[in-house]
Amino acid sequence: MSKRTLNIESRTERLIAVREFISVAAREFGFTDEEVSKIALAVDEACTNIIKHAYKYDPNYSISVTISTHNGAFEIAIRDTGRDFRPEAIPTPDMKEYLEHYRHGGLGVYLMRSLMDKVEYNIRPGKMNEVRLTKFLPR
Amino acid sequence: MSDFKIALRERETVNVLELKGYLDAHTAPKLEEAFQNLLKNARFNIVVNCRDLSYISSAGLGVFMAFIEDVRKNKGDIKLTNMTPKVYNVFDLLGFPLLYEILPDEQEAVRKFSERMK
Repeated sequence: MSKRTLNIESRTERLIAVREFISVAAREFGFTDEEVSKIALAVDEACTNIIKHAYKYDPNYSISVTISTHNGAFEIAIRDTGRDFRPEAIPTPDMKEYLEHYRHGGLGVYLMRSLMDKVEYNIRPGKMNEVRLTKFLPR
Repeated sequence: MSDFKIALRERETVNVLELKGYLDAHTAPKLEEAFQNLLKNARFNIVVNCRDLSYISSAGLGVFMAFIEDVRKNKGDIKLTNMTPKVYNVFDLLGFPLLYEILPDEQEAVRKFSERMK
């Protein structure tokens, strides 16, 4: 099992560094370019949601992104100390209805769920929010 | 920041936005501003050439969603062209090809607008 962590300030200009950090590690782990892009996008969406919703664009906070790899599993834990939320309250949009009615926003969580094999939350109100994204190497 | 650039061109009655680089939550406001300017000047025939667009996240997709309704109400359209497979996959995953015309080539999109004007 190996672990590596990147800590960033809660600013959207840091998203590019997060994607780079994830892409390098995912490629090293053995994912194809297409899978690497999917994982980097899912992590971007998780960090964007934190900056926007948990920290409300306040740049004075930090986000930690930790990659753990074991037995073909590539897991990214993204942690923040901002506003907590109830993940079960986030609906999975019906995309046909969404598009027909020109809805806005809320696509980040849908993308994370579509792009990754597992999306899990660990919310400790007032202390820490964690989202864990996992992708398995194809056998 | 040089990670996202927009060039604006006019071709006949069509405005072409050429996107280059990474379109994410950091750079999406730039695209939003470009659309706002077009709409303010009553330019509703819009082609977005994505040939040099390397990346898009939901923040970028959200910009297209924010303007499509207004553009169509004004008898215009936003047509997307020249997407790399990587960028197209993200649009496709969310079903966007149902709502947006995505064409292989800018020329074809311009021609479609010209035909509508006849």
